[in-house]
Amino acid sequence: MRTSIRGSRRLVAFAVVAALTTGLLAGCAEDSDGGSSNASSGGGDSDGRITLTVGTFGVFGYKQAGLYDEYMKLHPNINIKENVTERNDVYYPKLLTRLQAGSGADDVQAIEIANITEVVQTQADKFEDLSKAGGYDKSRWLDWKTEQATAKDGKLVALGADIGPMAICYRKDLFEKAGLPTDREELSRRWAGNWDEYVDLGKQYMKKAPDGTKFVDSAAGVYNAVISGSKDRYYGTDGQPDYEKSAGRKLAWDTSMKVATSTMSAKLKQFDKPWDQAFANGRFATVSCPPWMLGYIEQKAGAAGRGKWDVAAAPSSAAWGGSFVGVPSQGRHKDEAIKLATWLTAPEQQAKVFAKQGTFPSTPSAYAKLKVQPDTDTYFGQAPLAQIFSDAAKTIPIATYGVKDQQIGSAITDIGVLQVEQQGKSPAQGWSSAVKEIKDVLGE
Amino acid sequence: MSHTTEYAETAPPSDGGAAPAASGRPRGTPPPPTSWRSRLYRWDTKASPYAFIAPFFLFFGAFGLFPLIYTGWSSLHNVQLANLDSQTWVGLDNYANLIRSDFFWTALENTFAIGVISTVPQLLMAIGIAHLLNYKLRGSTFWRVTMLAPYATSVAAATLVFTLLYSWDGGAINWLLHFAGIDPVNWRESIWGSKFAVSSIVIWRWTGYNALIYLAAMQAVPADLYESAAIDGASRWEQFRHVTVPMLRPTILFTVVVSTIGATQLFGEPLLFGGNSGSKGGADHQFQTLGLYMYDQGWVIGNLGKASAIAWAMFLILLVIAAINMLVARRLRKD
Repeated sequence: MRTSIRGSRRLVAFAVVAALTTGLLAGCAEDSDGGSSNASSGGGDSDGRITLTVGTFGVFGYKQAGLYDEYMKLHPNINIKENVTERNDVYYPKLLTRLQAGSGADDVQAIEIANITEVVQTQADKFEDLSKAGGYDKSRWLDWKTEQATAKDGKLVALGADIGPMAICYRKDLFEKAGLPTDREELSRRWAGNWDEYVDLGKQYMKKAPDGTKFVDSAAGVYNAVISGSKDRYYGTDGQPDYEKSAGRKLAWDTSMKVATSTMSAKLKQFDKPWDQAFANGRFATVSCPPWMLGYIEQKAGAAGRGKWDVAAAPSSAAWGGSFVGVPSQGRHKDEAIKLATWLTAPEQQAKVFAKQGTFPSTPSAYAKLKVQPDTDTYFGQAPLAQIFSDAAKTIPIATYGVKDQQIGSAITDIGVLQVEQQGKSPAQGWSSAVKEIKDVLGE
Repeated sequence: MSHTTEYAETAPPSDGGAAPAASGRPRGTPPPPTSWRSRLYRWDTKASPYAFIAPFFLFFGAFGLFPLIYTGWSSLHNVQLANLDSQTWVGLDNYANLIRSDFFWTALENTFAIGVISTVPQLLMAIGIAHLLNYKLRGSTFWRVTMLAPYATSVAAATLVFTLLYSWDGGAINWLLHFAGIDPVNWRESIWGSKFAVSSIVIWRWTGYNALIYLAAMQAVPADLYESAAIDGASRWEQFRHVTVPMLRPTILFTVVVSTIGATQLFGEPLLFGGNSGSKGGADHQFQTLGLYMYDQGWVIGNLGKASAIAWAMFLILLVIAAINMLVARRLRKD
C-alpha cells in the first residue's frame, strides 16, 4: 500500500512538473504574444467596440489635445489606446522589427522624418496606400511633405503630421546687455538669408557678453539649423550618398566650424541634462527652435525666463523634425485605422495639436486659423509665433533625404562637430573623423 | 521473501520475492514479467529525473542556446534591420570587417581599460571593507545594508546622478577640483577622464556587493586560526595577509571571474553616461565599450549582421578569459 501511494505521489509530482513546465512555456508564449497583441489589437472587442492602437514616440500631443477622446465620442464603437515610446531611437528599431515580423505593430504608427525615406524605400509593402482612402485630399498638405512619404510606384505610405519650421529663439535681456538690437523684425532682417551675419552677431555679442553667458547653445545646433534649410543634404537625387560634395552640407559644416572654433558657443550637447540646466540658468542667448521646442524651453527655463525670450525668423527657412502617420497592413482593423489616421492629420486636428503642444501643422489651410496658446504667447514676449512659423513653413526648400540620413547626421554632429567643439581638434581632423564614421555607417 | 508482502500491491503475488526494486536483482531472481503498472513504475524512476531537470534545459535551449547559435548564423550573413527578410551569405566578411575596423579595436581597448580601472580598485576596496565589517561593530547590520544599497540602486538612477556630478559646467566634481586650483575637466570628452568616470560608477555600484561576498567567506574562516596566529605574535595586518587572504582565495577567484564577465559586458553605464546618442561612447569613441559598439552597429546603424559578429567576438573573448582563469585557478590550487 505504502509503495503504491509513493508511486502515485511520484506520478502526481511528475504531472505537476509537466503541467508547470508546459504552463510556464505557454505562459511565456502568451506573454511574448501578449506583449505584441497588447500593442496591436488588444482584444478589446468584447463589448462590440473596436480597439485601435496608435504607436507614437516622444510627445505627439494627440492625447494632450484631447483628440482621442473627441474621436471616440464621434465614433462610439471605437476605443483608442496610445502606445508611447519616449525616444525615437528606441521606437524606430522596434517598429522595423514588428513590421517585418508581420505582427505586433500598432494600428496606426508614427514615423519620424529622418526615417521616412528608409521606410518608404524598404517597408512600403508593409503599409496601406493612404492615397486610396476615402476622403483623401492631396491639396491639404504641403507638397514636399507628401512627396517624402510617397513611394516610387506612387503609393502613399504615410500621411503628413507635423513639421518643424525653424526660427531663432533669443534672450532679449541678454541681447540688450550685450548692446545688440533686440527687435525681432530688425534681427531677422539683419541675418536674413545669411548665416554669416548670425555668426558675426555672435562675435559682437561675445565682446560685451554678460558674465557667464555665451551666444549660442552648441555648434551642433547651428549645423542642424543650416543643414535643415538646405536642398541638398547627404544624398543626391539618385539616392546615392554625396555628403562630401553636397553644397548644403558644406555650408552647414563651415558655419558650425566658425561657431565651434570661436568662444561664442556654450559647448553643450542638445537634450542633455546640462543643456536643460543651461536654459534654467540662462547660459546662452540664442537657440534654433522649431515650434515643438517652445514648450521645452518654457518648461526648462521656467518662470524666471518668462518675457525674456523672444522669437525671430531664422536666417534660412528650415524644417527640423516632423513626422508622419502610417497604417501597417498587418492590422486587424485597417479601414478604421485609415479613417483615424486621416482624421488625426486633417487641418482642423493639426491646428488643435498646435494650440496645445506647439507641433506645427503640415497642412497650410490650417495656418490661417492657428491659435497660439495664450501662455506660450506671453512667455515669448507676444511674438506672432503662428505668423513666424507659417511664413517659414511656406518657404522650406524641398530637401532630398536618403536612407541613412539620420545616422549620417548624427555622425557629423556627435562625432565631427563635437570633436572640434569639445575636444579641441581642428576642423580638418573633425571632418575626417566624421567621414570615417559615415563610411562605417554606410558599410563602405 | 520478506519483501513479498511489502510489494504485494505492485507485483503479482505469483512472483514471489522478485521485487521490481533494484535491490531484489543481485540475488539472481529473474526479472518479473512486466505488468503495465511495474512498467510504468520503472519508466517513472528512469524518466522522472529527466522531467525534473527538463525545465532548465528547455529554457536554456530556448533563451540561451538557440539565440547563441542563431546569432552565430546571423554573423555569417549580411542582415540589415530594415530588410530582415533578405539575408545574404557573406561568410566571414563581418569578422574581417571587424578586424579591419579601428572602432572595434578602440572598443576592445576601452573595455579592457575600463575593466581594469573598475575591477582592481573595486575588489581591493571590497576586501578592505569586508575586513572592517568583520570586526565586532556596533550596528553591524546597518553597515552591511548600507554596503548593499548602491547595488540595489538602478543603473539608470546611479548613472544619472554621476553624470550630473561629472558635468563639465557646474558639476560637483569640477567644483571641488577648482578649490585645488584645477581647471574644469570635460570628463565626458576627455580620453581618460571619461573612462575614469564610467569606472567610478561601476566601482560605486559593485564594491558593496563584493564586500558582502568577502565578508561571508571571512566569517567561515575558523577563529582558532586567528587565535593561534595571535599567540604567535602576528599583528592584525599579518593576520589579514597570512590567514584571511589565503583562506579567501577561492572566493577572490570567484569575484574576479564575475567582475571580469561584468566588465566585458559593460553597457548601461557608458550608454547613459554618453547622454543623447550615447551609443557612440563620446566624440572619439573614447568610452565606447564592446557592448555599446554592438548596440550602435545593430540598432542605431541597423547592421545586425555585424552586430552579431561583435556579439560572437565578445563570446570568444569571454571563452579566452575563462580559459586563462582556469589555468590560473589550477596553478593556485597546486601551490
